[in-house]
Amino acid sequence: MKLLLIFLILLGVSCKTDKHDEVALKLLTVEKTQSIDVPSLEILNYAGLEPYLSKEDSLTYVVNFWATWCAPCVKELPHFEKLNNQYKNQNVEVLLVSLDFPSQYDKKLKPFIEKHQLKSKILVLDDVDQNSWIPKVDSNWDGAIPVTLIYNKRKRQFYDRTFDYAELENELKQFIN
Amino acid sequence: MRFNKIITLVITVFLLSAFTNVNTPTVIQGYDIGDIATDFSLRNIDGQMVTLADYENVKGFIIIFTCNTCPYAVQYEDRIIALNNKYVDQGFPVIAIMPNNPIIKTGDNPKAMKARATSKGFTFPYLFDEGQKIYPQYGATKTPQVYLLEKTNEGNIVRYIGAIDDNYKDVKLVNTKYVEEAIEALKNGNAIEESKTRTIGCSIKS
Repeated sequence: MKLLLIFLILLGVSCKTDKHDEVALKLLTVEKTQSIDVPSLEILNYAGLEPYLSKEDSLTYVVNFWATWCAPCVKELPHFEKLNNQYKNQNVEVLLVSLDFPSQYDKKLKPFIEKHQLKSKILVLDDVDQNSWIPKVDSNWDGAIPVTLIYNKRKRQFYDRTFDYAELENELKQFIN
Repeated sequence: MRFNKIITLVITVFLLSAFTNVNTPTVIQGYDIGDIATDFSLRNIDGQMVTLADYENVKGFIIIFTCNTCPYAVQYEDRIIALNNKYVDQGFPVIAIMPNNPIIKTGDNPKAMKARATSKGFTFPYLFDEGQKIYPQYGATKTPQVYLLEKTNEGNIVRYIGAIDDNYKDVKLVNTKYVEEAIEALKNGNAIEESKTRTIGCSIKS
C-alpha cells in the first residue's frame, strides 16, 4: 500500500516535470519489480575484479572462472558449491566468476543461479579487453574455461583443468594445512 | 607366498599409476610463431576432402578453429565470413575447422555443421576434424581460435595465433582487428606487431 502511494506520488510529480524524471521513475519501477524475485548481480570490469584476486587477509580464496554456456564448467560447479559449504567455516571463500555475455544475464545467468540455488559468492566479469586481462590472471592462461585460481597470502596456484570433488579438496588442503 | 608377491605387485602398479595421474597438467604441445604447420586432408560439409596443398596461387591461409555450439564462435560468424570475403582474392582464404567431438557436442555433428554453414551462407570450407587428429598438432585449445599461415617454399609458416579482434561483444567497438593487421603486415613485409593474442573461448570437447 505504502509502495503504491509512493508510486502514485512519483507519477504525479513526473507529470509536471521534465523527461529526466520520467526516466528516473521508469528506472525506479524496474528496480522495484526486479528486486522481488531475481538476485542482483555484481558486475565488474577487470579493475573491479582484480582486488578479489589479490586479497591479503587470513582467508584462502578458491576462484573459479565459468559460464552457463560452458558445459565442463557447469559439470564441475557442484564441487565448488560443496567445497564452499564444507569449508566456509575454515577461512575459505569460494568465488564463482561468471563470463556470461551481458545479453544473457537476465535470460540465462540469473535463472541458472536461482535454479541451482548457488550459495557461493558470484561475481560477473564484463570486460572486452581480454587480451590484456587474461594474462594478468595467469601468464599461462590462453582463455579457455573452466580455470581455477586458489590463493592466500602465502601461496598461489592456477589450474587450467577441471576438477572432481576429491581433487579439488586435495588441492585446497595444501593451502589450509 | 607367490600370491602375496602378485598382490604386492598389483598394489604397487596401482599406486604408481594413481600418483602419476594426479596433478599432471595436460600440456598441449602446439605450434608457436615461426613453426611449420602441418597440412591435412579433412572432409568439407560438401563431402569433398580439402588439403592446403591443393590451393594454388595463395599467399597463405586463415585457419580458424570454430564450431556451431560455442557462443563466442557464433558471435564471430559474420566476422569470419567478412574476413574471407575481404581476403580470399588477396591470397588469404579462410579455412574453418570444427574440432569438437560430435558425440559429446551433438550440435557440432557434420549434418548440423552443413545446416549452419548453409543458413549463414559460409563462403569458405567448413571442415570436420574427424578423429580429432589435427587440432592437437596445432595446439588449439578453444573455439574460436585463429592460426594465420604464410605459404613459403619451406611450408606453411605460423605467423599469428589468437583472436580475430579485440571486442567479441560489438563489432562497432573493435579497436584492433588482429588478424587483418597481421595480414596487412605480411603483405607489406612488415613485422606483425601482435603475433599472439588471448580471448575467452569454449574449450575443445574431446
